Amino acid sequence: MAPSSADIPASFVINGSRHALTIPPWMTLLDLLREHLHLTGSKKGCDHGQCGACTVLVDGIRLNSCLILAVSRDGADITTIEGLERDGDLHPLQTAFVEHDAFQCGYCTPGQICSAAGLLSERHAHNRAEIRENMSGNLCRCGAYTNIADAIEDVMAQDAAAREAAE
Amino acid sequence: MNRFDYVRPDNVSDAIRALATGSSKVLAGGTNLVDLMKYDVERPGRIVDINRLPLKEITPTAEGGLRIGALVSNTDLAWNDDIRRQYPLLASAILAGASPQLRNAATTGGNLLQRTRCYYFYDPSTACNKRDPGTGCSAIGGVNRIHAILGASPDCIAVHPSDMCVALAALNASVDVEGPDGKRSIPFSDFHRLPGSEPQRDNTMSSGELITAVVLPPSDFGANYTYLKIRDRLSYAFALVSVAVGLTLKADAIDEARVALGGVAHKPWRDTAAEELLRGQRPDTQLFLKFADQVLTPAHGQGENNFKIELARRAMVRALHQAFAGTPQDQSVKSVQ
Ligand SMILES: Cc1cc2nc3c(=O)[nH]c(=O)nc-3n(C[C@H](O)[C@H](O)[C@H](O)COP(=O)(O)OP(=O)(O)OC[C@H]3O[C@@H](n4cnc5c(N)ncnc54)[C@H](O)[C@@H]3O)c2cc1C
Ligand code: SF4
Ligand code: FES
Ligand code: FES
Repeated sequence: MAPSSADIPASFVINGSRHALTIPPWMTLLDLLREHLHLTGSKKGCDHGQCGACTVLVDGIRLNSCLILAVSRDGADITTIEGLERDGDLHPLQTAFVEHDAFQCGYCTPGQICSAAGLLSERHAHNRAEIRENMSGNLCRCGAYTNIADAIEDVMAQDAAAREAAE
Repeated sequence: MNRFDYVRPDNVSDAIRALATGSSKVLAGGTNLVDLMKYDVERPGRIVDINRLPLKEITPTAEGGLRIGALVSNTDLAWNDDIRRQYPLLASAILAGASPQLRNAATTGGNLLQRTRCYYFYDPSTACNKRDPGTGCSAIGGVNRIHAILGASPDCIAVHPSDMCVALAALNASVDVEGPDGKRSIPFSDFHRLPGSEPQRDNTMSSGELITAVVLPPSDFGANYTYLKIRDRLSYAFALVSVAVGLTLKADAIDEARVALGGVAHKPWRDTAAEELLRGQRPDTQLFLKFADQVLTPAHGQGENNFKIELARRAMVRALHQAFAGTPQDQSVKSVQ
């Protein structure tokens, strides 16, 4: 991408590494991740906020990266599906998605998992109905919804057990 | 998306100065503006990113209400303790809208100013008076399942899509704006407007003005309220019809009733004369039907959306029962009691 005079400096921590960039203000966060930084885990399903495939964590909060102008989040700490594992171990949600067969084609999966990570840290969902409602921003054309909810319920129970043990 | 200048002021006066130039547009959460820019419906020459302005607080007012900064996110507002205690109707309406990701980005000011979801408005290859004044309205005689049954004009039959605004209308909120000519406060009922012959104007703000806050007066609707939203799928869809109800009771009768409808008009719809019918009355289905019929007397379908009239009638009756019983609609458990 050739720099243009309209480019603006912006820096981000993405999956733990710092990036100091100059980018055009009309570049969305999703395009920055995919086209510029080649982090193609986050998917472009609709590009209009209607499917959730582009969901990433920005300062720990889940957002649709297709509707964000990257410059407007200058300074943010961003986590994508590529950054969820720790020291080579899958994130518990990634493990649970595998164990519960929570996908078919896998296109929606990075967005589903980032969204579920956001859901778990929000702590507003406490049961299956609330999990389903709070995952409604992520569509799955393969219809893996039942297994996706199973996977999240499983990790939520693990988290609750870990919290109880810690108390 | 068109090319534009980008500025990021960090105080309100700089933002207002930056907005004074021609085709400037405010960027808040961006969930509506960026979407419309991708369709070339909005083509601002300059983006004024207001995300660094100090408008993110929820503070008590001297009158006993709350003042919500324009940049408070829809999520933070819905889960705020004071809001949940004093204005659960507002929290419920917000959580009925969009998705968690969108609510995390969406702001209080942006939610008020989101534009209609009329399919033609989104498609620059079609005629639309709201997008391109004077070109005509493709929805009249076209595909209009989601369009208005109340307050429409021969120039536009679009509806305002917000859920949050329906609750704010019922709560008699007001909107603080600031512009080159100073500050003013706009009562919620005067904020959005009917399309008339100028459908390009969604609201009564002047160009160059910024929303700084939404102010809630003290409320007694903490116990008897509901937000009932009817849509084509159970979540993540705009309302076909929604109803916000707040009641106060005296003995076994209704003292004050507030009922606002969403999805039916160019603004959240209230009929304060009909609300007076409910005052001092003992609630029952007959009374609620009488109320609903009065609200819907001026209703007019456009063909594909005729069903909305009966839907609105039934939704109002159901919502009034929910509010009176103190059993508000649960936004996760979807069955309507
Ligand atoms: C797929 C999808 C589904 C949705 N479903 C629902 C739903 O079911 N119910 C619902 O209510 N909403 C729904 N929404 C809409 C969402 O609530 C709005 O997009 C959001 O509230 C807009 O807020 P924002 O901060 O992102 O606004 P922006 O997109 O940043 O701005 C919107 C407009 O307001 C102007 N603006 C913003 N803030 C200010 C200010 N302080 N002063 C002056 N001008 C300002 C901008 O210039 C722009 O014109 C949905 C959106 C999407 C994409
Ligand atoms: S209803 Fe309004 S927004 Fe839709 S096409 Fe007609 S003029 Fe445009
Ligand atoms: S690609 Fe962002 S929501 Fe579909
Ligand atoms: S697994 Fe194919 S879209 Fe969800």
